[in-house]
Amino acid sequence: MRKRVSIGLVAILLASLVLNACGGGAASGYKVGMVTDMGGVDDKSFNASGWKGIEDAIKELGIEGSYLESQQQTDYATNITQYVNQGTNLIITVGYMLADDTANFAKANPDINFAIVDFAYDPPIDNVRALTFATDQASFLAGYAAAAATKTGKVACFGGINIPSVSIFMVGYEAGVKYYNAQHGTDVQVLGWSTAANNGVFVGNFESTDDGRRTGEEFLAEGADVIMAVAGPVGQGTAEAVQVAGNAWFIGVDQDWTLTAPKYTDVILTSVLKNIDVAVFDTIKLASAKDFAGFGGESYVGTLANDGVGLADVADGAIPSEIVDELEDVRKGIIDGTIDSGWETYLSGL
Amino acid sequence: MDRKTAAESNVKAPERALGDEADRVRGRLPRGRRRTRGRLRSLVIPFLAIVTALIIGALVIVFTDETVYAAFGDGVGRGVARASSVITRAYGAFFSGALGNPVRIITALFSGQGTQIRRAIYPLTETIRISTPYIFAGLAVALGFQGGLFNIGAEGQYFVAGLVTVFVGYAVTGLPGIIHLPLALLAGAVGGGIWGAIPGLLKAKTGAHEVINTIMMNYIAFRLAEFMLDANGPMARGDGRPVSPEIQPSAYLPQFFPNQIEIRVNTGFLLALAVAVLVWWLLYKTTLGYEIRTVGANPRAARYAGMSVARTVVITMALSGALAGLSASTDILGVLHFMPNAFSSGYGFDAIALALLGKSHPFGVVLASLLFGALRAGAQNMQGIAQVPVDLTSIVQGLIIVFIAAPEIIRKLYRLRQPVASDELVTVRGWGGA
Repeated sequence: MRKRVSIGLVAILLASLVLNACGGGAASGYKVGMVTDMGGVDDKSFNASGWKGIEDAIKELGIEGSYLESQQQTDYATNITQYVNQGTNLIITVGYMLADDTANFAKANPDINFAIVDFAYDPPIDNVRALTFATDQASFLAGYAAAAATKTGKVACFGGINIPSVSIFMVGYEAGVKYYNAQHGTDVQVLGWSTAANNGVFVGNFESTDDGRRTGEEFLAEGADVIMAVAGPVGQGTAEAVQVAGNAWFIGVDQDWTLTAPKYTDVILTSVLKNIDVAVFDTIKLASAKDFAGFGGESYVGTLANDGVGLADVADGAIPSEIVDELEDVRKGIIDGTIDSGWETYLSGL
Repeated sequence: MDRKTAAESNVKAPERALGDEADRVRGRLPRGRRRTRGRLRSLVIPFLAIVTALIIGALVIVFTDETVYAAFGDGVGRGVARASSVITRAYGAFFSGALGNPVRIITALFSGQGTQIRRAIYPLTETIRISTPYIFAGLAVALGFQGGLFNIGAEGQYFVAGLVTVFVGYAVTGLPGIIHLPLALLAGAVGGGIWGAIPGLLKAKTGAHEVINTIMMNYIAFRLAEFMLDANGPMARGDGRPVSPEIQPSAYLPQFFPNQIEIRVNTGFLLALAVAVLVWWLLYKTTLGYEIRTVGANPRAARYAGMSVARTVVITMALSGALAGLSASTDILGVLHFMPNAFSSGYGFDAIALALLGKSHPFGVVLASLLFGALRAGAQNMQGIAQVPVDLTSIVQGLIIVFIAAPEIIRKLYRLRQPVASDELVTVRGWGGA
């Protein structure tokens, strides 16, 4: 009897195969597909942020959008192929790990447009828009706020893996702290990164909240009372450690952590916003416009000026109100170029 | 589904081989008929395990679909209709992603159009491509099981072999393909083999358990890869990313569709099949294989029979590591052409499941690998068409293993008769070790 039931189910499964042959997707409108890296779309970090940009575009521009998650390196090409075969107009790949596959498929499919987050080709590829971010500008502000908020005179930061899109946060952070020291005659120290030594603390992954907690505890033990974690979900462990310790602050990156991780709100000093959603939305808007003539290798750089990067509101009462005003001046200074947020200088010094 | 039938027919082979020897010793006639029936019966459990896992997978899909709940709100009939359409859509995408859509393949073949044919057979090529590294990794763990060793280090051996292969692939220049490619493959096998031999040696010389040591060797391998491929590391490409340089074209495994970047099935698959035959031959037709199996079955008896258990343990682990290494080599030389730091594939861990599912027999492993390849390829398509998360495959894979490892569940569920005791040894012996 039970056997018969399972045979029946198998029959249904096989029938579904044939049924599937009859269903053809009705194509209408502009189609956008996003291929995530291994973090998956719910990483509360850059995959999530990229997907938010597509969701916004679905609502406001009426495009069709979807995403495909990748579990390993070889999945990237598989997922891009799916979108190519589905007749997708714009394929957005999230992260430098997809750079090789994106380049290969872009060259093989010149009539499809691509955008890649966090990677720029040299020389640029005609139908690929590179979406990069001057996050040092925003983390400079975070460093300034951290230096103002610390009571121990030590602030810390660490990264996931030592790659430019991570270390750029740390370079800006340290520069911001140093700028605060110069302005206020203080001597706040930065643990976890030194631009002069070109080295810092990296946990080696973007997954382990355990590593985040441990690293956070170490920094707290060393006397730091503000910690910025540039490691995606790893930071949740750090925020946890900070919350347990009390008397300390956590700085989130990528998205506003008071929204994505509200249970840590009481210890979140601020968040360094890397508005990938803004860049993705901007790219979709550009590419889906009727008179779009191709990217022509043009790239997008998110800055404080175009809201591609930014600083979330600083926690109430964490810093004096005159520092809040100063942050606005520093912001303007970075935008008009009178204040150096550090990354270009760092690169030229390598 | 009918592929499974063939799958299980091989599963009994290890017991059969041992049984035959036992029969010869006892001077009995080979048990022809008895064996065929036994073989058929032994495929019932894996088959039902897969079916049951898929059914539970379907339930997971239904229970996590908001539209189904909404439909049930409108009435039971609506809800059931919605649920079945969700399952049909998901599993339809799943099967057409794993095996291709038969209708589409036939129309494409009749149309005779290259692009259409390629797109129609693409799912099949993906299944085969994904199963290629699975075969090597599965063989690695299966060989260990046969020798009574639990090699949990396949993932680490995979990483080390990847590093060695990719280094030979990009750093050695000016060789013709006919030398460069075998050299790169060999390098991977040797790299993985050494990484596997170390825990083998530790076990043989000090008695340290290989489970612990292979796990620890994994961590060393991961950190080694992280160091070598760090953005500023010695093997980094130098564009700020933690990836190796591209290998020379002379080290590429030949592709079946060289000008199609989306079809990545390559001669690595043929190599995998050949190696599976080789492993079978080694295990069942050579003295060394007999020693491996004897040490696996009963190390004391093996020692009493004059075999060197220590030597066999080291050789088994080295061969196992070499096989795991080839899984990385074929992925790098055939598919990726470089090695990323975030290489984490999970093949080494899935391989344990493959060896269990294939009952540690080389041909069983091949079929299990094709099944896992199909599951993964199908899942990617299911994600694209039916928006079912790829993680569903992990659930289905996990359930299959649970049901294979605990056949009692399936027997209870389907009221199967208890088999004769001799049908149920093997595979778990690796836990105990010598």
